Amino acid sequence: MGVEARKPPTQVALKLRRALGGKAGWNGVAVQLVFGVILAWIAYEIISNASTNLETQHIAAGFGFLHNSASFDVNQTLISYSGSDTYFRVFLVGILNTLLVSVVGIFFATLIGFVVALCRLSPNWLVSRVGGLYVEAIRNLPLLFQILFWYLAVLAALPAPRQSVSVFGAFFLNNRGVIIPSPLGQPGLGPFLAVLIAGICISLGLRSYARRALFDQGRVIRIWPYVLALVVGLPLVTMLVLGPPVTFEVPQLKGFNFAGGARVIPELVALTVGLSTYTAAFIAEIVRAGILSVHKGQMEAGSSLGLSRGTTLRLIVVPQAMRVIVPPLTNQYLNLTKNSSLAVAIGYPDLVSVWAGTSLSQTGQAIEIIATTMGVYLLISLATSAVMSVYGWRISRSMGA
Amino acid sequence: MKRVTLALSLALAAGISAQAADAQTLKTVKDRGMLSCGVSQGLPGFSSPDDKGNWTGLDVDVCRAIAAAVFNDPTKVKFVPLSAKDRFTALQSGEIDVLSRNTTWTISRDTSLGANFAGVTYYDGQGFMVKKSLKVNSALELNSASVCVQTGTTTELNLADYFKANNMKYEVIAFGTIDEAVKAYESGRCDVFTDDSSGLYASRLKLTNPADHVVLPEIISKEPLGPMVRHGDDQWFDLVKWTLFAMVTAEELGITSKNVDEKAKMDNPELKRVLGSDGNLGEQLGVTKDWVIRIVKAVGNYGESFDRNVGAGSPLKIARGINALWTKGGLQYAPPIR
Repeated sequence: MGVEARKPPTQVALKLRRALGGKAGWNGVAVQLVFGVILAWIAYEIISNASTNLETQHIAAGFGFLHNSASFDVNQTLISYSGSDTYFRVFLVGILNTLLVSVVGIFFATLIGFVVALCRLSPNWLVSRVGGLYVEAIRNLPLLFQILFWYLAVLAALPAPRQSVSVFGAFFLNNRGVIIPSPLGQPGLGPFLAVLIAGICISLGLRSYARRALFDQGRVIRIWPYVLALVVGLPLVTMLVLGPPVTFEVPQLKGFNFAGGARVIPELVALTVGLSTYTAAFIAEIVRAGILSVHKGQMEAGSSLGLSRGTTLRLIVVPQAMRVIVPPLTNQYLNLTKNSSLAVAIGYPDLVSVWAGTSLSQTGQAIEIIATTMGVYLLISLATSAVMSVYGWRISRSMGA
Repeated sequence: MKRVTLALSLALAAGISAQAADAQTLKTVKDRGMLSCGVSQGLPGFSSPDDKGNWTGLDVDVCRAIAAAVFNDPTKVKFVPLSAKDRFTALQSGEIDVLSRNTTWTISRDTSLGANFAGVTYYDGQGFMVKKSLKVNSALELNSASVCVQTGTTTELNLADYFKANNMKYEVIAFGTIDEAVKAYESGRCDVFTDDSSGLYASRLKLTNPADHVVLPEIISKEPLGPMVRHGDDQWFDLVKWTLFAMVTAEELGITSKNVDEKAKMDNPELKRVLGSDGNLGEQLGVTKDWVIRIVKAVGNYGESFDRNVGAGSPLKIARGINALWTKGGLQYAPPIR
């Protein structure tokens, strides 16, 4: 009779034990359970104590106020809003305004940052010094000061509405912002968009077909004439047949201000410019460090293959540099989003201004409002870093690292 | 940032202390040896610091009067400058003992903030200021205007009501502090600056060319301004309330900072009662018998304080108007001290 092999312990229990208790095993699990219960108890005590105390002091508590009408106005709203809407809608308006300035700011900061970094790395003496000057000047001045500069100094230089700078009688620049003609949809808009989208989809399909042909069989297919015909030609024909898809409403000076047209308020412009130029200085240094971290042999290999400097950078150096760039770049994106709360200094209606500012003092419910504000910033930041993590992971994977 | 700190301290105060509503403000103030008083960040006539950091103004005098009643020393006040947004949280969290910061008395503030208004120091109303060059004569001509305002005020709400009620469009640009709003108005970002009318006159003094700006005749709201204390401490509430009444009563009885000692010696039953040589009214309030003498010596009666800070004796030159005593056709009226 042979000796029976010892049964291995059940895999599920083992995995669970290791996941929960680490090296300490089941003892570790017990300690963590006790710790969790204590934390939950403390949280419960604080919350229930706070609500009783607020009640005895006759301070309104709870989230009932979200349904009350806010009865104040906001000068830039991405969704329709008026004074008779609720506080909850103010909350949404604030979040959207914060997101707007963050997204636009991140876009321009990245763009300017990459350009400045490439300037600093340029072999041209003048260009690299200009890049260096930009970085040193911008990142060593306080951000609030820069935002106030863009707002007050630039605003003061602009004319009043009645003396607006006019471009073609349709675009106007004055101290109320940039006023542009706003598009009004016409019956031809639907078919026009449909044709345009179809054209873009087919072009993308063509492109992937052409790439496969190139990689698999080494055939070069010239697709740009077809793409041009699909994306520009077809929509143009549709336009000729069905008439223009949109007409533009030209702004008119009426009373104090322009009526009609769309307007970009100066607060948004000042804040976006301030945030993106400031963050760009940091991004430039991150990108420069990333590119320098790629061994110079890569650059030389590129040139020995006969690639130009630009192509080598684009195809060989930058993709490798991205691995180093992405994590600190994420930090800068998060900083920009959080710095957007300086908006309150120049009257841009972001979340901190309309929610943690106006709504807080009109309702007096500090705990609820500050907690939700923190929650929103946390959520935006976590979402940004999740997206960037996925992007970083894809880069690493595509390089087999 | 300050707001977050305040909110956190409120959360902590409410969450951790077993009994946050301790009705001990007077004792706390006496133990500390200092009154902590929330004021504005600089509104001439009401509360503003001079170049040496000394605070003056009508709202400041209220705090000085309380300090005089408690300590017999009007300088024992720590002034905490607060923006409109931060003021209530500072009071709720206990950072200040009294909020004397041109704050409008409304029912929602009285009922939902855990605070009480102790009285009215100044009856105000909201108005509009525009540049003379716009040639506007009435607030009803302001359709499509851009308006600068300080955020977190009743002003912001009245503005929305007024334009809606009159079917006019407008654009509001709300700033955290009054100075930022005035600066934006001066730079031309807005056509109109709106505030309590006393505040408009005060802000106009800060402009480069005050004569180029005009305050429109319309008064669109009632703005009774007064000091606030925390709910749930009746002794402290009484003390602040009667400090105001003492200043008004002193004016009614002709007691001024100059003649208070003579008046105290007079054989007049009412004067004896008010000035403490008869009865123990002051002690029942938690201070001394001569509390009114202390207050009047420190800041004068209501009329003196008004003239010195906002009236004829000040750069603002605001007429007494509805802030005159009830005996002179105004609204200032104090219940009897007896």
